[in-house]
Amino acid sequence: MDTESTYSGYSYYSGRSRGSHRHGERSRDRHKSRSKDSRSEKSVTINTPPAEPLLGDSSVRGEQVQDDNWGETTTAITGTSEHSLSQEDIVRITKDLEDSVGLNCRRYLTRILAVILGVLVLLTPLAFLVLPHLLWPDKLQKCGTACEGLYISIAFKLLILLLAVWGLFFRPPRASLPRVFAFRALLSVLVLLFVISYWLFYAVRILEAQDADYQGIVQYAVSLVDALLFIHYLAVVLLELRQLQPCFSVCVTRSTDGETRHYNLGQLSIQQAALAIIEHYYSDFPVHNPALLSASKSRAAKHLAGLKVYNVDGPGPGNNPAAGLAHSQSRAMIAAAARRRDTSHNELYYEEAEHERRVRKRKARLVVAVEEAFTHIKRMQEEEQKKSPGDVMDPREAAQAIFPSMARALQKYLRTTKQQHCHSMESIQQHLAFCITNNMTPKAFLESYLTPGPTLQYSRDRWLARQWTLISEASVTSGLRDGTVFLLKCVDFSLVIAAKKIPFVQMSEEYIDPKSHKFVLRLQSETSV
Amino acid sequence: MSFVPGQPVTAVVERIEIQKLSQGPNLVLGFCIGGGIDQDPGQNPFSDDKADKGIYVTRVSPGGPADVAGLKIGDKIMQVNGWDMTVVTHDQARKKLTKKNEHVVRLLVTRKTLEEAVKQSMSRPGPS
Repeated sequence: MDTESTYSGYSYYSGRSRGSHRHGERSRDRHKSRSKDSRSEKSVTINTPPAEPLLGDSSVRGEQVQDDNWGETTTAITGTSEHSLSQEDIVRITKDLEDSVGLNCRRYLTRILAVILGVLVLLTPLAFLVLPHLLWPDKLQKCGTACEGLYISIAFKLLILLLAVWGLFFRPPRASLPRVFAFRALLSVLVLLFVISYWLFYAVRILEAQDADYQGIVQYAVSLVDALLFIHYLAVVLLELRQLQPCFSVCVTRSTDGETRHYNLGQLSIQQAALAIIEHYYSDFPVHNPALLSASKSRAAKHLAGLKVYNVDGPGPGNNPAAGLAHSQSRAMIAAAARRRDTSHNELYYEEAEHERRVRKRKARLVVAVEEAFTHIKRMQEEEQKKSPGDVMDPREAAQAIFPSMARALQKYLRTTKQQHCHSMESIQQHLAFCITNNMTPKAFLESYLTPGPTLQYSRDRWLARQWTLISEASVTSGLRDGTVFLLKCVDFSLVIAAKKIPFVQMSEEYIDPKSHKFVLRLQSETSV
Repeated sequence: MSFVPGQPVTAVVERIEIQKLSQGPNLVLGFCIGGGIDQDPGQNPFSDDKADKGIYVTRVSPGGPADVAGLKIGDKIMQVNGWDMTVVTHDQARKKLTKKNEHVVRLLVTRKTLEEAVKQSMSRPGPS
């Protein structure tokens, strides 16, 4: 995933006991290789784009809104050819490079701090136990049976603590958030203070006094481990359990085409809510298709295109200040546009009806072609294997064999629904092989082309949603509140998010006696007159 | 008294005029009605066609104004003072019969014996 899969926040317990150094290096190596991979994906290579669009159509992203004056004033800007990058791509790549360099330092820093804290915490009980033996071995009392029982208890508690920390903190990080996670910082500070206070006490009361009571020292170490387990419990409650109960209903709208979804979130900070929403976005929202937006842009351009404003009086010296002139010009344009008899709604209606008809016709042809294509192959049974070993094909070859008969219909359909840049020939053949292998029907094969699926369904370079920027008026570490609004901006579009509190539910009960369900026949009613 | 759907209902009717009797503050007629388009026609013991939702006389109090006027139990009331009673709800029928400012109700009622009487008189050779 290209949203900077890095380590977020602190992990303050390291993984293995004595091999903490080894573990730290291993984790760093893992991390280094990971960052190298991600960096190579974003490296600036100016060559053909990796996935060839279907039958060599030029990318729709190169489509530009026609500027009315371009023929007169500017030199012609040709559309993007296969060997150039559009301006958007360059901006995107430079931004990626800058951010990745800056974040790497931060990642390393937090990782190192976390490992140091972990090592400190883990070695402290062991140090408490070992130091008396090193410093005053002769004065020390012999460790009796109760004391040795405490050894076992310390060992198991440390093991449980290790496993718990591994389970809670050593999960692959999902994202790198702009600010530090408040609860994690709080917890690590708490642990640090706690351990420091224990060391202080130990140093003053035990080391200096050279206490001979070894059992007391062992019990002290056990109490430390117990307290660490309780802090871990606190961490589970604060980091995991608190945000499970749904508290807010957020409405997420994509700014370009108005796709809206609603989700229930718990009590989260704004940046965490943003992360949860992005994860939902990748699975729920249909992929962003910029080709579908060009129609409304051209309509908007046509609205004011027919009007030109002439200033008959000429720019008098100090007559009209420039702002007032522009203001009156725009006012005049609005008034004129309102008065003009606009029949563009008519055009829109007929255009949409025509488009619908065309799409349905193409879809019918496509469905028939695919069904026919699928009848050409069938799964070979075991018995037939002995009969004709000649024409046996694996799924990929089978897909390649039947693809040409449906390629034309599929291409026409994708062109009509403006999806042709989302699917390359290679990806279609792969999908076809996949469907054949898993015994899917033609309808199942077509499903991914008839409706635009979620973003993750498509190949990486079609996502158009990699680097997210959180724009918020409130601080991003503050919690969600009723009426919080923030934006998640991507290069091509932005998501507008508004949060509302789920109302407090007042439920009352009403008891119905099961014996009270009685019925009578509705007889003819008699009335005396 | 049966009817063919789509054809107008025809019946042989008898005209009965009942004078209301004032009992205290009320005006009573001395009979009970049953039926109506909002009632269950299958429960009607007096109708031939169990889908008939008309208004039927279910009880006649002996010696009351209806009895005196000649209303019989089981009669189907077709009209009350000119108001149609074949397609009315039970409550509408009651209202038409118990109007406080009318002291006389003129009913058109039909019963099976009337039809038979008419058939008999038609089949008997009469004076030409």
